[in-house]
Amino acid sequence: MPDQAVSAVHAEGHDPALLHHFADAQQQRDSSSLGMWLFLATEVMFFGGLFCGYLIYRLQFFGDFGAASSSLSIKLGATNTVVLICSSLTVVLAVWAAQHAKRTLLLSSLILTIILGFVFLGIKGIEYKDKFDEHHVPGPSFSFENVKIPGQPADHYAKPNHAELYFSLYFAMTGLHALHMIIGAGIFVWITVRAWKGQFGPDYYTPVEMAGLYWHFVDIIWIYLFPLLYLIDRHP
Amino acid sequence: MATAVAQPVERENYLNKHYGALSWLFTTDHKRIALLYLGSITFFFFIGGFFALLIRLELLTPIGDLVQADTYNKLFTMHGMVMVFFFLIPSIPAVLGNFLVPLMIGAKDLAFPRVNLLSWYLYVIGGVIMLHCMLTGGVDTGWTFYTPFSTAYTNTKIVEAGIAIFIVGFSSILTGLNFVVTIHRMRAPGMTWSRLPLFIWAHYATSIVQLLGTPVVAITILLVAAERLFHLGIFDPKLGGDPLLFQHLFWFYSHPAVYIMILPSMGVVSEIISCYTRKRIFGYKFVAMSSIGIAVLGFLVWAHHMFVAGVSVYAALVFSLLSYAVGVPSAVKVFNWTATMYKGSLHYDAPMLYAFGFLGLFTIGGLTGLFLACLGIDPHVTDTYFVVAHFHYIMVGGAVMGYLGGMHFWWPKISGRLYPEGWAKLAALIVFIGFNLTFFPQFILGYVGMPRRYYQYPGEFQVLNVLSTAGATVLGVGYLLPMLYFLWSMRYGKPAPDNPWNAAGLEWKTPSPPTTFNFDEEPVVTWEAYNYEELGDFPEQEASGA
Repeated sequence: MPDQAVSAVHAEGHDPALLHHFADAQQQRDSSSLGMWLFLATEVMFFGGLFCGYLIYRLQFFGDFGAASSSLSIKLGATNTVVLICSSLTVVLAVWAAQHAKRTLLLSSLILTIILGFVFLGIKGIEYKDKFDEHHVPGPSFSFENVKIPGQPADHYAKPNHAELYFSLYFAMTGLHALHMIIGAGIFVWITVRAWKGQFGPDYYTPVEMAGLYWHFVDIIWIYLFPLLYLIDRHP
Repeated sequence: MATAVAQPVERENYLNKHYGALSWLFTTDHKRIALLYLGSITFFFFIGGFFALLIRLELLTPIGDLVQADTYNKLFTMHGMVMVFFFLIPSIPAVLGNFLVPLMIGAKDLAFPRVNLLSWYLYVIGGVIMLHCMLTGGVDTGWTFYTPFSTAYTNTKIVEAGIAIFIVGFSSILTGLNFVVTIHRMRAPGMTWSRLPLFIWAHYATSIVQLLGTPVVAITILLVAAERLFHLGIFDPKLGGDPLLFQHLFWFYSHPAVYIMILPSMGVVSEIISCYTRKRIFGYKFVAMSSIGIAVLGFLVWAHHMFVAGVSVYAALVFSLLSYAVGVPSAVKVFNWTATMYKGSLHYDAPMLYAFGFLGLFTIGGLTGLFLACLGIDPHVTDTYFVVAHFHYIMVGGAVMGYLGGMHFWWPKISGRLYPEGWAKLAALIVFIGFNLTFFPQFILGYVGMPRRYYQYPGEFQVLNVLSTAGATVLGVGYLLPMLYFLWSMRYGKPAPDNPWNAAGLEWKTPSPPTTFNFDEEPVVTWEAYNYEELGDFPEQEASGA
């Protein structure tokens, strides 16, 4: 049974995954876990700078931001949200499978996570392409003329320069998020290879868990990005 | 093993266990990585020093004769970038911290040895990019990258310098992360939080600043680069963007960065003063907590860099008050160090001379910081040499004095050799005199109105500028000396005993130099930190090196 093979690797008293400078596996796991949480704290600060900029400009130029936001596709954005939430589920399943030595479930969950990650990136690519076609990418060819501000009288048009600021934030925030997704997909490919070699089991699953924490973090960033960028001031 | 007992120098240790370049480049031993860092930051220290020398030479005369405005702008920019990001921020944490944090808490290594090596490689990659940037044109915005000049107007290599700083910032984050996890998870049995050396407390506080501050400047620099490369206009006034937002984000890191430089130095000074007065540090808990206090308050004062940049009067009031508040934990430290010395058995050896230097210069730097935090005085001296003198008193007079003091104090542990005490005292004296001669005249220059960042000045400022340039030359000699005699001592110095200063602390219970895994058996701590009452007096005869 492949499931037993996973745990057999670490069946002996001497654990090959235990690094020399740790007293025991518990200390090693606790260290990795604390290290990962601290790293995620730095990531919060990293995105925090952008969120701070977003907040200030959104309060300042609410109407223009609403108009620019309404040009995004809610369908695509919502689909991507669902895709990412599903991928969080598969990540949790992968960790559970590693803990319970279920090799088939572990591998399939990991691969499904990677696939869902690429589905997200593909949809994001379509959205970027749409923005490019509509001349909504900041730069010399940017154009945002005669777009009405939602909820305002008919002759209120959004200021193109403020819309360009919105799209600057949009591309900076979603671009940075997409970059994290790509890195995450890379990490999960590496985890899958290690899982394929049978390196994880009930005694040693820290890398799966840590990669999972990172993936959840990237998901959560999107959970905030979606309403902040897509749902500023929607009117039916 | 019989020969090992007869000749202590020949014992197997972290330096002689493996040989060859590859054994260094692929090492995960925190002590070897510390030495890799020592070599690389020394290299950048002398590059930054070279720029400083050119700046001072240009300012010898009122007219622009050595360099013109454009070159001068690049000189002070690159002096700042190199010294801040490539020397001061990694200095004590990456060298002494890397070497000592595991030794002091009784661990075999840092929690993540490979991440530690990665951080050095990131530093080197960032350094190479920075060197390339400097050799192919450099940057002229000042180390602060202020927008919109950096995003829209200058045609120098902003993006390349930004990438270099982004990468070296990542290296700094990884060092901080490693320290926090190590201090939490790897302490030896009995090494409770209240028994930690103050050096560890200082590094813990520093690491928190590194972790929470550095990412913010990373995203800020990234946005500047994106504005230049992809026309994203987050700080672009034409789109409604706000250059002041850049300054807020930049100083949110770059003010706490000053505490990344000074806190480890304070940790070093606590160790030195306790050892050379043969007393437990006065008010241990207050000194420890003041490190955390400085780290926390340090995050709440950034806008005092922007009093004249257009922040509201009310915001300025609050930031002014909070800036004064940082004076409280800083003063707690200074008073407690002084109280430690009171009725202590003082020994005026080289590390202690540096600690004295730190005490005096940091106090001057700190008090002039209060001038600058004052809303009434700040507009008068903003962007003058007063500011330049103030932050050099903190960052050179404080941080570098502590770094040199620490290098001397732990040199026997690092190299296994004693440095020549006479030369070391002389160098400490030269550094102190040279430093004051360089920077004290700048306080006066600034107060009477000489602005910073200009390559020429009215003739009446020349006398003080000549004094300053002369001092810089003396200071340069003072910095070269330790490098020379440290190198000399590695070959010709007297072999160091395990505990040449009869100092407290677990690091002195290891051999000099330590073995690869530091402790042959896990130490169990049953005593309080700085138990100098039990250790007795300073060993006079052994401390004289050559």
